[in-house]
Amino acid sequence: METILAFTVAVFFAVSIYLMLSKHIIRILLGVAIFGNAVNLTLFTAGRVTRVVPPIIPVDLDTPAQATANPLPQALILTAIVISFSIFAFLLVLAFRAYQELGTDDTDGMRVAEPKGEELPPLGY
Amino acid sequence: MAAESAYAVDLSRAMVMVPTTPADWLVVGPVAIPIVTGALLLMVRHQTRLHGSLAVAGLFATLLCNIGLLARVLGEGPQVMTMGRWLPPFGISFAADALGASLALVATLVAVVCALFAANDIGTVGRRYGFYPFMMLMMAGVGGSFLTGDLFNLYVWFEVFLISSFGLLVLGSQHRQLDGATKYAILNLVGTTLFLISTALAYGIFGTLNMADIARKADGLRESAPLTTLAVLYLLAFGMKAAAFPVNFWLPASYHTPRIVTAALFGGVLTKVGVYALLRVMVLIFPPERALLSGLIAWVAAATMVIGIMGALAQSDLRRVLGFVVISGVGVMLAGLALGTPEGLAGTVFYAFHSMIAMTALYLLAGVMNSLGGGYSLRSLSGLYAMHPLVAAFALILVLAAAGLPPASGLWPKVMLVRASLDSGLPWLAFAILATGLLTTLALGRVFILTVWRPRVAEKPQGSAMPQTGYLALAALCLPIVLMGVYPEPVIGVARQAADAILDAPTYIGSVFPGETAQ
Amino acid sequence: MRTLIFRTIAPYLASLMVLFSVFVLLRGHNEPGGGFIGGLIAASAFAIYGIACGVAPVRRALYFHPMAISGFGLLVSGLSGVVSLFKDMPFLTGQWAEVHILGLAVDISTILFFDIGVYLVVVGAITSIALALEEREHV
Repeated sequence: METILAFTVAVFFAVSIYLMLSKHIIRILLGVAIFGNAVNLTLFTAGRVTRVVPPIIPVDLDTPAQATANPLPQALILTAIVISFSIFAFLLVLAFRAYQELGTDDTDGMRVAEPKGEELPPLGY
Repeated sequence: MAAESAYAVDLSRAMVMVPTTPADWLVVGPVAIPIVTGALLLMVRHQTRLHGSLAVAGLFATLLCNIGLLARVLGEGPQVMTMGRWLPPFGISFAADALGASLALVATLVAVVCALFAANDIGTVGRRYGFYPFMMLMMAGVGGSFLTGDLFNLYVWFEVFLISSFGLLVLGSQHRQLDGATKYAILNLVGTTLFLISTALAYGIFGTLNMADIARKADGLRESAPLTTLAVLYLLAFGMKAAAFPVNFWLPASYHTPRIVTAALFGGVLTKVGVYALLRVMVLIFPPERALLSGLIAWVAAATMVIGIMGALAQSDLRRVLGFVVISGVGVMLAGLALGTPEGLAGTVFYAFHSMIAMTALYLLAGVMNSLGGGYSLRSLSGLYAMHPLVAAFALILVLAAAGLPPASGLWPKVMLVRASLDSGLPWLAFAILATGLLTTLALGRVFILTVWRPRVAEKPQGSAMPQTGYLALAALCLPIVLMGVYPEPVIGVARQAADAILDAPTYIGSVFPGETAQ
Repeated sequence: MRTLIFRTIAPYLASLMVLFSVFVLLRGHNEPGGGFIGGLIAASAFAIYGIACGVAPVRRALYFHPMAISGFGLLVSGLSGVVSLFKDMPFLTGQWAEVHILGLAVDISTILFFDIGVYLVVVGAITSIALALEEREHV
């Protein structure tokens, strides 16, 4: 199972990095979304994939009676999903605004903050 | 609890049974107070007149809390509190040692000054848009990053201050801000995601995310696990946050676009969080890997400081000059990390204190110059000495501070770092630090000559008000700069203690896991 | 999207979804559910209402600004962690109290208030983003 997941993660990373190398913001954003999912799968795999009972301690015991699944990766992934979801929502709004205001989604064309051919500072007065 | 009456459970195996005193709460104060204040500010969105005083009051309470925390840490050693009473490593620990507590204190000091400055600089529209709530939440994230003792929690705090910084960055929605924010947001998101990848792999290797727990388990796993790979990944991820060469391009693309007080806060505080995280992870958790990578880190440090300051020489916008000076300062701090000696690390910590205050002050100075001289361009900004001698005095102190010349605070950390490099047999690193100092003197000296001494070349802008709060903020920041410059002993003492705190892993581990003997 | 059928049914659908979100929030105490997912359901209810009837009616129906709701949630969550200060326990330790309502024993805990806070934060933040996106489409 880990092997399959590892290959899936590899494919996800490859696809996301390919997309993020694009010049267009929308593709970069798609890449970022897939990048986040690749990381979540990495977390999931790193927490050991075991098919055992849920980690619930019976009423009359102090510790689980048998080996249980690891609940921590799921908590971590949930947190990571929430964070990447909110940041992705923000990025979408930002990219949309930038596209509306700047009229381009090509990162080469976005030179408002760092204009091309800016003059050097004066050397004397 | 209803279950308690039914049968008895031995809680001491899962929970902290020692009662917590109110003084222990100082550890969470620097995070909880800004969050609660930020929440209140969000609720009183429309009463914009309240915002300034509420934010300053909240930050001031945080500052007092930080002072108390640092005093306790210096007196009694690291302070630890584990959330929800769970035993570490099951609960998330907050562990404040001298490094985290002192940096949190300086960051809050800078934030108080910025909040004061913003009282005049950010108008009703900016406040309604949420300048102060974003600022408070950002400071909560920064404080959490400095104080947490858990790797994943560190990631969460990184994201908290990152998303608040997005909000601050686009405040105003000018074209250049949207442009800068897009690049800042995407590249920083990639950086924190790299951090998350590293943390996932660390969890896979160690089975725990508590930094003290990882530090004590690392020795046993050094033979079998790819810890060097992990250390390199962390170096890349945090290097990106710290804006180290060659992953620094987001900083000069964005830091000159927002409101000047936002830029001051970012330039002062945010990159130092990256440097702090590097120190924490590389020195506390991965000391042998850091030693192995020290050559690489030294080259990165030298390249960052020299290339950064050369970028500053080529800029004609004052704010962009400062952006490159921030990068150059990060390089100086990384030099101490590359050395790894107590003296070098103490130099890094001292430089971080100095850089937080000096860079914020320089950005605020740029803001004051803009309101007096009408613009940021070095081509037109001029004649300030004739009009406002006080600005010239502040400018002189800050130029000396950034260049590392007496009587300002930049001198001593550079002395410590140069001496540490020579002691470690890296004369070229010492040379790079000194050359950077010279180039900084050139870059900022030229700014000083052009803006302050040059006779006025452009029309006098009309309606430029005297920035009283600006002077107040600059005075509040220049005072510690000069104090640290003429009487550095106490600060050097704190910096040495901070360096010892991260070098001394057993004490840190022992404070998180009391009762268990550290390995 | 402004068909008659959708516009007629949207208010009922939205109110049902908000009710369901509260159910999910309270259910999260012992079973799958909780503040985050409940908040998402409520936020999607407001988003649907906004798509059908426009953004202004949603803002009127919410009465408070979404970000103010978010701030209130953050405050509730933050303060629910501070209660343990008075019991000599660390930050965020759950505190319980039994309340009798109409002869029924109900366990009230700070955890519940923390979750309500999370619910409000999510409702506020997501609704605010969704409304911002919907508003812009018609400009």
